Amino acid sequence: MSHFYKFTSRLAPLLVNDIDTDQIIPARFLKATDKSGMGDHLFADWRYQSDGRPNPTFSLNQEAYRGAEILLAGDNFGCGSSREHAAWALKAYGFRAIISTSFADIFKNNALKNGLLPIQVSAHVYRFLNEAVERNPRFEVHIDLDEQRISFGEGSSEIFPIDPFSKYCLLHGVDELGYLMKFQEQIENFEATH
Amino acid sequence: MINIRAEVKQEKSNQANSMTNPRTIIDKVWDSHVVVQEPDCPAVLYIDLHLIHEVTSPQAFEGIRKRGLKVRRPDKTVATMDHSIPTLDPSLPIADAQAAQQIAQLEKNAAEFGVRLYGMRSPNRGIVHVIGPELGLTQPGMTIVCGDSHTSTHGAFGALAFGIGTSEVEHVLATQCLLQRKPKTCEVRIDGRLSPGVTAKDIILALLAKIGVGGGTGHVFEYTGSAIRALSMEERMTICNMSIEGGARAGIIAPDDHTFEYLVGREFAPKGDDWDASVQRWKALATDEGARYDKSISLDASALQPMITFGTNPGMGIPITSRVPDPNKVGDSSQKLALEKALRYMGLQPGESLLGKQIDVVFIGSCTNSRLSDLRTAARLMKGWKVAPNVRMLVVPGSQQVKRQAEAEGLHTIFKEAGAEWRESGCSMCIAMNGDQLSPGQYAVSTSNRNFEGRQGKGGRTFLASPLTAVAAAVTGVITDVRALLED
Repeated sequence: MSHFYKFTSRLAPLLVNDIDTDQIIPARFLKATDKSGMGDHLFADWRYQSDGRPNPTFSLNQEAYRGAEILLAGDNFGCGSSREHAAWALKAYGFRAIISTSFADIFKNNALKNGLLPIQVSAHVYRFLNEAVERNPRFEVHIDLDEQRISFGEGSSEIFPIDPFSKYCLLHGVDELGYLMKFQEQIENFEATH
Repeated sequence: MINIRAEVKQEKSNQANSMTNPRTIIDKVWDSHVVVQEPDCPAVLYIDLHLIHEVTSPQAFEGIRKRGLKVRRPDKTVATMDHSIPTLDPSLPIADAQAAQQIAQLEKNAAEFGVRLYGMRSPNRGIVHVIGPELGLTQPGMTIVCGDSHTSTHGAFGALAFGIGTSEVEHVLATQCLLQRKPKTCEVRIDGRLSPGVTAKDIILALLAKIGVGGGTGHVFEYTGSAIRALSMEERMTICNMSIEGGARAGIIAPDDHTFEYLVGREFAPKGDDWDASVQRWKALATDEGARYDKSISLDASALQPMITFGTNPGMGIPITSRVPDPNKVGDSSQKLALEKALRYMGLQPGESLLGKQIDVVFIGSCTNSRLSDLRTAARLMKGWKVAPNVRMLVVPGSQQVKRQAEAEGLHTIFKEAGAEWRESGCSMCIAMNGDQLSPGQYAVSTSNRNFEGRQGKGGRTFLASPLTAVAAAVTGVITDVRALLED
């Protein structure tokens, strides 16, 4: 599984601050009882015109950004509701990482549990990537989860923070529920006195 | 690197140590729920109450079903349906096939796993964050989670309550525990007396305008100060409810006599000697003298005016008499862009006054403002007025209990005679999943919690405000400073 977390990709820019989960996937698409098909609804209200056709001004619909596996988004990405559908939709669409200057807490948790990497960069690097992708839509960055490093341009890189436990789970394919289940006895003991 | 082992002793020494230092209520509730803390790992945190609703639970139940697991503590798990249910005649079949299927799935899951469900025909059904407190399920000192960000509401009782994703819902179903890092603490101190026409909703909207929608990220807010102490439990719930809109996963208020008076006698509240012992225990939850917070914010309640949002997130709010901000006067370029984008969506001009702006819909409801006191406040102002001809007004009680109580007091008659629609309980137009929604371009004054683009219906435009401000808009047909009506 670890090879997954060393990859190079172009960036799809969505340079808006405070993108909330209602934009990532509007509530009307939350009536499903499984996780399938969420990618089609990603950013639905921005991505499609009212006649259902792709909105040509929306960056994800532009040829240059097709196939990009990293979303470059404004500060406080994923604020609002707790819907994990947001992470499912981003993953199903084909994103493997989101780069922003910060993430909302619940979204970050949900993303990590679905193998979608929230990469927090400094404002300086965010601006740099912004300008780089504007100049050249085919601009690529390299992600290395093990080293927690994002590399770009000619020899530039930055270390990004990630919860060590989440990193371990991602790199080694640890199932978090499986991990929790190992504490049955401690949980029973706790319950006996709680 | 991290060594994941099954056999780990509880870190008693850590807990004992923390007993001697002054602690915040957040530390106290946290410490008393840590089952295991392995080095470098998140804590295994025990959950006292798990609330479930139809939208964020089906995939979690499916997860434990696939693994052949049971719900570990069905007695600590409570389900209801609120998000996608119709608020019209509940005896009719649900028209939306997908919503009907989602509701049927919750019924099936609850029956299969032995989870108590307040279903469509239950007299105790309602918005999950309204019924928890109403039934006395929500109690001080508890850890409470739900696959819903507005779980922060329950913090009004001195519980550590926060929203989780569906994977975490699955974890709690299976183990009654969650893997969590301890959050940072932030004191939000609010002193001073509110002026007439200014409410709890205005306090929280003013706080959000001050700190923005990311100001609380990584923190739990503890609301303190004389203004908070003066609030009723329902008003405190309004404040804690919107903590998440500031990025804080939880908001908490130390329990006091208001809390105990609210809880006593409720169905699931402790009874008899157990009640007295519980109150003693709850009183000890308050933050110790000298305890330190990671961050502090303060707000002067006496300086507040009725608030209203103008933009597309709850942090974009202004006093109702102020003007819409000008993006050209914002220094930060990304904030300038955000403001321009918001004003474009809202169809507003920089420097414009919102007073006198014509609106189409008024929504009174949601887990923020749909409780009996909200409806009483709204009805008292509404009495003798008619809903303006250009306005459609929906009043959606937070639960069937609230609905019955309101009807017993005749509040529904006031609303109906004024021309408003009186509905069954549910989330309704706050999240617009059930057909109660704005049409593209419509303006709404809403007592709910989110004014995100399309939140109340695709293309709909939301002004968030208090129930008083909502009524003032409904009867005048335009955004109005409610204080002008109160003087009449």
